[in-house]
Amino acid sequence: MSTPTKNEGLSLQQQRARAAFWFLAPMLIALFVVAAWPLLRSIYFSFTNTSLTSLYTGEWVGFDNYLTWRELKSGRILWKGTLVDPTWWTAVWNTVKFAVVSVTFETILGLMVALVLHANFKGRGWVRAAILIPWAIPTIVSAKMWGWMLNDQFGIINDMLLNLGLIDRKIAWTANVDTAMLSVLVVDIWKTTPFMALLCLAGLQMIPGDIYEAAKIDGVHPVKVFFKITLPLVRPALMVAVIFRMLDALRIFDLVYVLTPKSAATKTMSVVSRENLIEFDKFAYGSAQSTLLFAFIALFVVLYIWLGKVNLTGEGNR
Amino acid sequence: MNIGTIFKKIAFYFVVLVIVVIAVFPFYYAIITSFKTGSGIFQVDYWLTEISWANYESVLKGRNFISSLWNSVLIAGVTVALSLLLAVTASYALARVRFRGRGLLLMTILGVSMFPQIAVLAGLFELIRFIGVYNTPYALIISYTIFTLPFTVWVLTTFMRDLPMEIEEAAIMDGATPWVIITKVFMPLLWPALVTTGLLAFIGAWNEFLFALTFTISEDQRTVPVAISMLSGASEQEIPWGPIMAASVLVTIPLVILVLIFQRKIVAGLTAGGVKG
Repeated sequence: MSTPTKNEGLSLQQQRARAAFWFLAPMLIALFVVAAWPLLRSIYFSFTNTSLTSLYTGEWVGFDNYLTWRELKSGRILWKGTLVDPTWWTAVWNTVKFAVVSVTFETILGLMVALVLHANFKGRGWVRAAILIPWAIPTIVSAKMWGWMLNDQFGIINDMLLNLGLIDRKIAWTANVDTAMLSVLVVDIWKTTPFMALLCLAGLQMIPGDIYEAAKIDGVHPVKVFFKITLPLVRPALMVAVIFRMLDALRIFDLVYVLTPKSAATKTMSVVSRENLIEFDKFAYGSAQSTLLFAFIALFVVLYIWLGKVNLTGEGNR
Repeated sequence: MNIGTIFKKIAFYFVVLVIVVIAVFPFYYAIITSFKTGSGIFQVDYWLTEISWANYESVLKGRNFISSLWNSVLIAGVTVALSLLLAVTASYALARVRFRGRGLLLMTILGVSMFPQIAVLAGLFELIRFIGVYNTPYALIISYTIFTLPFTVWVLTTFMRDLPMEIEEAAIMDGATPWVIITKVFMPLLWPALVTTGLLAFIGAWNEFLFALTFTISEDQRTVPVAISMLSGASEQEIPWGPIMAASVLVTIPLVILVLIFQRKIVAGLTAGGVKG
């Protein structure tokens, strides 16, 4: 490549394309160093027996971290590796359960909040500001706040529910195996519904008002208007919002780690993978799990975009 | 107005009220708790019953909270500044110049921003150890670029696409090079977008937890989220809820104020990536 100063004899389009290359280069190099290279190294580590303390003495072991077997003398076959590790599959199930339930509720609630905010009423700006607060609070802080509210002995949630007569004794929401996942879901839904609501609201505001007027004149029932007009028109915005949230939910780490520490009922793929990587000194094994999570998410994205015909780039309609 | 419409109105405002109360209550409750001391903390109250600054004093006098605050400000600030610097030229190229593979490149950038961070943790750990910045702010500045840079590029690209073509054409007619167009023509128009994008990226870096937890080891290098998650009492059973709530309020108040001031801009920035396309 020649330097961008030698521009004589090049068409304007060529000049611009060349400038574009130089404008993009620093960003692409930065992304390569912090994203692509570490990703490739992580995948490489997953095929070695590297440990945390000696990062450079690891040897290639093929798929041993994923799945391997050994035949015992008795003829029994012993399976080893992440793919037969029950802890891993519990984490996979926890993650999927968390992602599907939280995103479903966030979408429905977000759409409802957006419909409320779309109506014209006094103090709408204040309400919109208020619902931004959960979004602005750091996840760790909201985990601690809710951890306090959900506290078994002194928590206000137990107090409220007891006063309302909905429960008859105090519940250890975050510690109890049966309710730990519910706690994580509640906090996540509380925290991210505002984001969904704002994306839905932006979608709603792009629908031209005269469609509604026409429907009103024709006397169409509001419920029918919602399902036949609003929902189909807001669908593209909704599809994009859902995938953003889904990807966020599938990689969740901080909320689970702080709200329900060490609880097998909520450990997600990210939590288990980090545990192996850093805490249990099974660096390569943890890398294999993080690689599996990456593959899982990549596959999900491809399927979603392909099946849902989602246009994420915004190219093509300009 | 007949009974029906009045009833509808009341029901509507009731729904609005429920939404606001649910959104604000946990923060409100944290503030109430942070002002209580001693056994008062273990009394469930719905209203402010006492005002004591003891929890705030104990947090601020604690050895490392101030240094954690400083770490967070420094790391988030530098990360955002670097990302914006790299993103402005890149997003000009992505928004304004037609070249082959642009769509693919945009998708890749979006993909990186949606990455599961755990997938690069092992490789980043090696990189950070290799260049010798483990347990320093640089480790976090480097690792945070992985999500702030794609995000800023993406949002600025959508903003830049919306700038009118005529301005650029006029500049080209005057013989302006792309560099001049960015710095002299677009920059003045882009300031609001830069503020919004920078603010959102700042919040993202301020709130990050996984990298901050993994790439720092000593107490004085921690960022605020890690410091709060590790505030502990004398024993396992004794969680110091008062100081935790005080620290939570301290780090959240600036964000809430920023959000209230820049409300409209934030909403525009959040939706720029997703919906406008």
